[in-house]
Amino acid sequence: MKQTTKSLLTLATVILFFTVLYFANKYLDPYKLIILTLCGINVVLGLSMNLINGFTGQFSLGHAGFMAVGAYTAALLTMPPEVKEMNWFAVPMWPPLHDLCWPFFLAVIMGGLVAAFFGFLIGIPVLRLRGDYLAIATLGFAEVIRVVIINVKPLTNGALGLKAIPVVTDVFWAWGAAVLTIFLMIRLINSSYGLALKSINSDEIAAEAMGVNLFYHKMLSFVLSSFLAGVGGALLGGLLGTVDPTMFTFLMTFNILLIVVLGGLGSITGSVIGAVFVTILMEWLRIVESPVDLGFVQIPGIPGMRMVIFSFLLVLVIIFYQQGLLGRRELTWEGIFNLLRQVQERFKKRNKDKSVPSSEVG
Amino acid sequence: MAPLFQANNLVMQFGGLTAVNKVSMSIEKGEIVGLIGPNGAGKTTVFNIITGVYRPTSGSLIFNGRNITGLRPDQVAKLGIARTFQNIRLFRDLTVQENVEIGYHLRIHSGPWRAVLRTPKYVAEEKMIKERASQLLAQVGLVEYRHEKAGALPYGAQRRLEIARALATNPRLLLLDEPAAGMNPNEGLELMAFLREIRKQFDLTILLIEHDMRVVMGICERIYVLDYGTLIAEGTPEQIQKNPKVIQAYLGVDDSVRD
Ligand SMILES: Nc1ncnc2c1ncn2[C@@H]1O[C@H](COP(=O)(O)OP(=O)(O)OP(=O)(O)O)[C@@H](O)[C@H]1O
Ligand SMILES: [Mg+2]
Repeated sequence: MKQTTKSLLTLATVILFFTVLYFANKYLDPYKLIILTLCGINVVLGLSMNLINGFTGQFSLGHAGFMAVGAYTAALLTMPPEVKEMNWFAVPMWPPLHDLCWPFFLAVIMGGLVAAFFGFLIGIPVLRLRGDYLAIATLGFAEVIRVVIINVKPLTNGALGLKAIPVVTDVFWAWGAAVLTIFLMIRLINSSYGLALKSINSDEIAAEAMGVNLFYHKMLSFVLSSFLAGVGGALLGGLLGTVDPTMFTFLMTFNILLIVVLGGLGSITGSVIGAVFVTILMEWLRIVESPVDLGFVQIPGIPGMRMVIFSFLLVLVIIFYQQGLLGRRELTWEGIFNLLRQVQERFKKRNKDKSVPSSEVG
Repeated sequence: MAPLFQANNLVMQFGGLTAVNKVSMSIEKGEIVGLIGPNGAGKTTVFNIITGVYRPTSGSLIFNGRNITGLRPDQVAKLGIARTFQNIRLFRDLTVQENVEIGYHLRIHSGPWRAVLRTPKYVAEEKMIKERASQLLAQVGLVEYRHEKAGALPYGAQRRLEIARALATNPRLLLLDEPAAGMNPNEGLELMAFLREIRKQFDLTILLIEHDMRVVMGICERIYVLDYGTLIAEGTPEQIQKNPKVIQAYLGVDDSVRD
């Protein structure tokens, strides 16, 4: 298939998709809209984690930390002075913050940039580590970020969190960011740099012997991943209207890990599908946490049951289906058309099989 | 003319074990030099020191008039020393073409942003990489496998691909760690012809570790012999074959060499 045809198909799909979003935004009820928006944010977060964990093969578990940095940065930048005064009633706010009131777009970008900067600082020591050690170190740093947030009250308002953040994130913001991220990832992964990342994933020693600067490329991947995590966090804050330290525990990282593992480590389209699947399932499974009245018996709701189910799902996937949904493969236009062709041929064949005996009779 | 490569008094200690002991060698441009010795003699360790995987306990490395001691492997590769590994280390889950393309990555000038934005400069560089990679694969006779995963190739083709991948970095000195391992005599002969061919085409200097004595004696112009980390002999294949110390090290029995 020609490159231009594929690009046109992609463009058409994106336009169609945003048209659907437009109508969804108009006619869906608010609850469903929030889920749809969450799907878009989770696409960004899933791709962010897949970049460093799936494509580069560096097992990093610091996502919640970078999201927190992005969410707090954007929240502080967008909250108007009155709202800030309302939030900081227990301790005084750091004065320079008071008058900041940026447009949402810039605040989100800044959230990403500050998270990227944290990624850079943390990356210097931890990216020299391998495998399990890297996972433990990044996990530790994420927790450090959270503890700092709880304690630097003039900047973050501590454990109380921030409330009444302007709610700006809607389906267009979330999916706009998602589509841009997908585009960025496709471009990066298919470039020479993407190849270098994959070579590190495949065999670090060989990659280095072939002239790939390990530290530089791991840092590139880690910083970009942190940036996207920060953007995701900023969008999440702008959707929920509140941020607080309890939002950014390991559970958050775990959810994203689930998306990436289910979708396939090292597959862009896999992460997109995984993000939508996990987000919807996570909402749908709220049923198991709410009390059920069967008329004759009442089953009380079990909080945390969703996580039990999801953990179980993750374990099952890791044991029986390590590849996840797509493995390292991608859903491409060629793939889709080949599939359609196969289906069509099967139909034709079946029709022929039916027509053969009748012609013999005639 | 100064030699292309020089190692001066290399020492490598792992805890109490001295794997390489005061090894000095010198290689002229265009030579094919052999590095032989019984199992565990320290040959691969010498390669690892040259390519920056290990920093020598003492001693220095001069390449192309430059002191390269203590540089990182990617820096060494960039300066023009490429290698293959004793146990093949291909990027197994990437295609043959991609394996070779990675070798060109270190010559890319456009930064990651240009790559993502696909600026004309980057696009031109990428086009060149793809063309060169295809050309190189054609030269080494692997073009038919281009789109296959490297890990799915037959063993001989994998060995060849590893050499092709090293060639993609545009080396001046090529280090081959047992390129004939696991090959039958016929494949060994093919390999010799192949090495001579690429030396000419790519203007290479080659240092090779090899246990297969037909290959070593057939292709090397000069040979260094290592035993227990120490150089015990140096000379032409004829001199080495007659050297009593070498015969002693190999217990005088040619067949035991391959074990
Ligand atoms: N990283 C390391 N740590 C400790 N000891 C090592 C290390 N690398 C190599 N050695 C030891 O150094 C000695 C030389 O090993 P080396 O691999 O260089 O031998 P070789 O000549 O390549 O042998 P072979 O023919 O079996 O490949 C061996 O005793 C080996 O166990
Ligand atoms: Mg060896």
